[in-house]
Amino acid sequence: MTHPASVLVVGASVGGLAVAESLRRDGFAGALTLLGAERHPPYDRPPLSKKVLAGEWEPDRTRLRADAALAKLEMTTILGDPAVHLDVLGRAVTTASGRRLTAESIVLATGLEPRRLPGQAPWPGVHVLRTLDDAVALRTALLAASQVVVVGDGVLGTEAAATARAMGLAVTLVGPQTTLLASQLGPQIGGHLAALHTGRGVQLRLGAAVESLVGDEARVRGVRLAGGEVLPADVVVVAIGSRPATDWLFDSGLRLGDGVVCDSRCRAAEGIYAVGDVARWHHEGLGAALRLENRSNAVEQGAAVAANILGKDRPYTPVPFFWTDQYDVKIQVHGFAGADAQVIIVEGSPEAGQFAALYGSAGKVTGVLGWNMVKQTRALRQHVVEATDWSLVNSLRKS
Amino acid sequence: MRVIVDLEKCCGAGQCVLLAPKVFDQRDDGIVILLDEHPPEALHKAVREAACVCPGAAIKLEDPA
Ligand SMILES: Cc1cc2nc3c(=O)[nH]c(=O)nc-3n(C[C@H](O)[C@H](O)[C@H](O)COP(=O)(O)OP(=O)(O)OC[C@H]3O[C@@H](n4cnc5c(N)ncnc54)[C@H](O)[C@@H]3O)c2cc1C
Ligand code: SF4
Repeated sequence: MTHPASVLVVGASVGGLAVAESLRRDGFAGALTLLGAERHPPYDRPPLSKKVLAGEWEPDRTRLRADAALAKLEMTTILGDPAVHLDVLGRAVTTASGRRLTAESIVLATGLEPRRLPGQAPWPGVHVLRTLDDAVALRTALLAASQVVVVGDGVLGTEAAATARAMGLAVTLVGPQTTLLASQLGPQIGGHLAALHTGRGVQLRLGAAVESLVGDEARVRGVRLAGGEVLPADVVVVAIGSRPATDWLFDSGLRLGDGVVCDSRCRAAEGIYAVGDVARWHHEGLGAALRLENRSNAVEQGAAVAANILGKDRPYTPVPFFWTDQYDVKIQVHGFAGADAQVIIVEGSPEAGQFAALYGSAGKVTGVLGWNMVKQTRALRQHVVEATDWSLVNSLRKS
Repeated sequence: MRVIVDLEKCCGAGQCVLLAPKVFDQRDDGIVILLDEHPPEALHKAVREAACVCPGAAIKLEDPA
């Protein structure tokens, strides 16, 4: 198989690093360049809303690899210099500082940018949470705050609320859905999560629309709901989702549509690939286009793209995995959960604070969710892999 | 090859157990158990892959040659 002479990876985070490591592991000996917009060497995001925000970890602990391990990859690393233009035919990237980098294969791994509220003013006290710098700034703000409003009922919003609450702050969470994580986990499990938050003292304002932020010259003062009610706050966390960081690709000619649109090999054009949160690729197993926002996908897709760059020509068909830690609860999901799926708890019970549930649709098992049930969840994953018939699920029940 | 796991970083995903069940196991709370600190040559590829995909970046390898 012929290897390209050179590979350039744009985006120096977990997905980009996985490409670089996998390339070297698979025997790529050519020139390798990693380009990143942030000044930090590759670090891990999941701890940002958990251990870093809680102050249990120094920010430095999020580093994904020590200097020595990075040095072994024998790559040129350029940090703090965002890519601003991609020339697809010329296989070249131009950076903000004016560098022009060329390579035979280029990997796009630029992740996401947090959405902001329409007209979100840059008041002190208003925070998003995506980067290490965001996490450090939010922690500093929380240490000086007493009332926090979190806008957003997804994974990030609920984690931020849990961490802020555990720090002893008064926390209100506002979101448009009928329950927490309703679109990700469905109403039943979402309801258990809402009960967990309420039990820990978080005020939930579900099914509520935010009209605007309220503030004065000095800082944010609260959040106004549609209908006029103002929830007072000295810190507001805006966690209303993210959009793929593809602005810099607008004139590249690549197909963009909620991410960089790729084929089943995660290839966006000849010699151009996408990885991680930014990539929308065709999942052959599902027969549908998919974009995932989780850490395991970034790494596995990185490995898949590295293999394809080196000539493997294999479709990428993962069983997705994500987890979230909130208070002392660890939720893990293999496969697909989803709002409309059927759900059956097969082991443990919500009352016991430990359970595993199977998700199914179209007559097949599509996902498994564990709530403080790690080993059983891992074992049940096999039913997702095999797409076990839903009619057999009742016979799996141990609870 | 020497395998080192950082229990504090481990987030209990179990990806390592799926990839190399002879080298890794999990406690009931999900935290990794290292079964074989010096896995045999035949398992090196799987262990390297586990270190790469570990969502907690909790697996470190020394002299991964
Ligand atoms: C606070 C938080 C908590 C999370 N918790 C979990 C969790 O518990 N479980 C889970 O499974 N997932 C979690 N995730 C999601 C997970 O972190 C992401 O899926 C993962 O980081 C995606 O990796 P990536 O490399 O695709 O993108 P990113 O990690 O977003 O990295 C993209 C990188 O590209 C850089 N970049 C952007 N534009 C450019 C440009 N023009 N030029 C050069 N570089 C550029 C960015 O600066 C960034 O460093 C969490 C995410 C966040 C933010
Ligand atoms: S893959 Fe990593 S995080 Fe998951 S159980 Fe193994 S060591 Fe822990």
